[in-house]
Amino acid sequence: MSAEVVFSLKDFTVAFDGVPVVEDLSLQIRRGETLALVGESGSGKSVSALGAVNLLPKSAEVRGERYLEERDLTRLNERDWRTVRGNQVGFIFQEPMTSLNPLHTIVKQIGETLRLHQGLNGRAARERVRELLVQVKLSRPDELLDAWPHQLSGGQRQRVMIAMAIANNPRLLIADEPTTALDVTVQQEILALLDDLRQRHGMAMLLITHDLNLVRRHADRVCVLYRGRVQETGPVSDVFSRPGSDYTRLLLSAEPEGKPKAIGNHTRLLEARRLQVAFSRPKRLFSRRSAPFIAVQPLDLYLRKGETLGIVGESGSGKTTLAMALLRLTPASGEIDFAGKRLDLMSSNDLRRQRRQMQVVFQDPYGSLSPRLPVEDIISEGLRFHHPELDRGEIQRRVMASLREVGLEEDCAARYPHEFSGGQRQRIAVARAIILEPELLVLDEPTSALDRTVQKQLVALLRDLQARRGMSYLFISHDLAVVRAMAHRVMVLKEGHVVEQGESEQVLGAPRNEYTQALVEAAGLGSSSD
Amino acid sequence: MARLARFKPKLSPITRRRMTVFRANGRARFALWLFSLLFVLSLGAELIANDKPLLIKYQDQWYAPLLVDYPETEFGGFLPTSTDYRDSFVIDEIQAQGWMLWPPIPFAYDTLDHGLRQPAPSPPSARHWLGTDDQGRDVMARVIYGFRLSVVFALVLTIGSMVLGVLVGGIQGYFGGKTDLIGQRLTEIWSGLPVLFLLIILASLVEPNLWWLLGIMLLFSWLGLVDIVRAEFLRARNLEYVRAARALGLPPYLIMWRHVLPNAMVATLTFIPFLFTGAITTLTALDFLGFGLPPGSPSLGELVAQGKNNLQAPWLGITAFITLSVMLSLLVFIGEGLRDAFDPRHIIAALTAKPERVSTTKESVNER
Repeated sequence: MSAEVVFSLKDFTVAFDGVPVVEDLSLQIRRGETLALVGESGSGKSVSALGAVNLLPKSAEVRGERYLEERDLTRLNERDWRTVRGNQVGFIFQEPMTSLNPLHTIVKQIGETLRLHQGLNGRAARERVRELLVQVKLSRPDELLDAWPHQLSGGQRQRVMIAMAIANNPRLLIADEPTTALDVTVQQEILALLDDLRQRHGMAMLLITHDLNLVRRHADRVCVLYRGRVQETGPVSDVFSRPGSDYTRLLLSAEPEGKPKAIGNHTRLLEARRLQVAFSRPKRLFSRRSAPFIAVQPLDLYLRKGETLGIVGESGSGKTTLAMALLRLTPASGEIDFAGKRLDLMSSNDLRRQRRQMQVVFQDPYGSLSPRLPVEDIISEGLRFHHPELDRGEIQRRVMASLREVGLEEDCAARYPHEFSGGQRQRIAVARAIILEPELLVLDEPTSALDRTVQKQLVALLRDLQARRGMSYLFISHDLAVVRAMAHRVMVLKEGHVVEQGESEQVLGAPRNEYTQALVEAAGLGSSSD
Repeated sequence: MARLARFKPKLSPITRRRMTVFRANGRARFALWLFSLLFVLSLGAELIANDKPLLIKYQDQWYAPLLVDYPETEFGGFLPTSTDYRDSFVIDEIQAQGWMLWPPIPFAYDTLDHGLRQPAPSPPSARHWLGTDDQGRDVMARVIYGFRLSVVFALVLTIGSMVLGVLVGGIQGYFGGKTDLIGQRLTEIWSGLPVLFLLIILASLVEPNLWWLLGIMLLFSWLGLVDIVRAEFLRARNLEYVRAARALGLPPYLIMWRHVLPNAMVATLTFIPFLFTGAITTLTALDFLGFGLPPGSPSLGELVAQGKNNLQAPWLGITAFITLSVMLSLLVFIGEGLRDAFDPRHIIAALTAKPERVSTTKESVNER
């Protein structure tokens, strides 16, 4: 542990317009060490990292001591900074889709930092870029040299970003949520790669994340931030086994827990047979139409009254498409039985009336509420259409009742969506769905945009609602921990195929399929279960 | 912020932010005030410039010539026709047994002044503040009536094209697919027609009056809006809250009205001032060419034509120029203010002063 300190902050403070965002942050990172900066969204993690290397807008006031090895970072001018950033400090950002310039090939993107900082040009630069691509374990490096960003997958792009960050052998690597936008199995590969590179080059790494699982596996020390203040700093094993602050304890216990209540009733509410979704590809002039893209391969499924079926899979596996097809919001073929009626044969008018019985909560709490309507109108909208006979007072009474039911204050009714946090918005979306007293509620990644502590509350709320109202849930998620806490049965999808399905305990506890095993392994379910 | 919240409790925060931005733009606010003032004044043109008195007291009786058409016999004349209050006989008769109150400009737009001392067009004088045109009509009166006619014409045309454009664009954008494809091709063909020639040909086929012109121009003026509205609807129909509304089982017309239209209105409203100026310019151009409103109508285009034909009478051309340029500039300023107010990326100093204001800005960016 006596390795030299590469990077240190002391009494580091960032303020915007006099309002402090980060206060008195002190930390040290040694050579070859990973320090994880953990906190919920808005806790000041990214602001600290950006502020430390002067990447914040002018309106930010940054105070405190900053040292990179022997160098006092507070005294650098803009020209000196340029030799530090990208050279001695490497950066990896969260969003691999937008952090590469779409108009440059890979060799040009990476070559640019080489040219700027090492003066490498032409053949030498190309050779070095190829070497870097091999280092970040990209297969087919020769082909990828001249590829464009849009030809790469998210994981591949993130590897290119890493190659750019390590191109100049930086002392310090700052990884700002490097894997949040990626699928779980890819996440593991990327972090393993980062670990490997860190050890090989003796870099210090600052890992910014909200995911405690990653911290547990990949960091040496951890620093917990809450509202811009350090709650706790220490070696990972100590902090996790003996958390010293209330907030850390809260974070650690935020893993969704508990099990859904067993169901008594076994009547089937929803049943689909040979359901398939195909998207036709565009037809080119003078050429034959190419074969349609099958988003969901023909599959059978059923859902009992009061039951939760978890649909699990990585992005692009057809989870959401399947749910939309079941609700007939996307054209599909196959039979769908809902409460004894054939949904697939219904006319659009009958279907519209039927929709009262089957509601959806969408993934994005920011996008799914109309920004121009007050909460009361948003919640009562479906009610006003499906029950035109209700008078104002009755509608208002029901809106208040459903607000209470999802745990919101009654005075929320007159406010607008932007005044609420993500978790509160998701509650509003749930209130909008349950006010129609549906029998089926489709939950499309309802928790994935939320912090862990908020997730846990929402999961508890949903289970509670299910127990009280006997609703059936179709629960779509990529997060196995949440699914385990919610679902009676689980269905694992991969590229539109059902890979495995069965009781939740069995599928997640003892997966038989290789892909499911990889998912369970990557989600770290084993390590945290008691 | 608190003051605003109390002041406008019902407006949504986005609207409130837009109003703040608009108010902060001094030029646009001034232009809006001035234009509204001029328009309201011109709406009462009959009270400002008229060849009839506003009020007459004659033989202890009240008369309101603006409202009632009195025969000349009423005032001691011999003819049972409408009274000509500018006739010296009538004036003497009324003055002798009562009084009458004239508007500030005692000429209507079509009053021929027979008492001119100089040949028409006569230069500005105390009698005719902006002179007369080549038929001896008061230019000031014609400008006031012409301003009103232009603005009302543009207003009706703008509202009409907005309704048509939003309707067509909205249907194309919301339903997409084949509807969109066919609709787009049809509008493309329609917009390929040479509008000005068509107007001129049609104007020579029928006796052009205000409504004919309005109808003909309405046939084409909505085309510009369709593309914008269609694009907005195409974008908005995939927004999550629109999908949520579909999942609630709302019918398409309700979804379009309540969820998609407010999005599209932003683009449409920004377009309005430019539709408006376009309408005024086209009407003026047609009048200038002589294919516009029927002869004798108070039109600014005709004033421009007179100015061109009577270069020795510069007050005609100068008046027309100033009127048109002031009117169009005011509209452009208002349009700029509106555009900035609706642009979520537009940040003004007042909004960035406090962090909570910044967050509202971010919200509207998300919302776009």
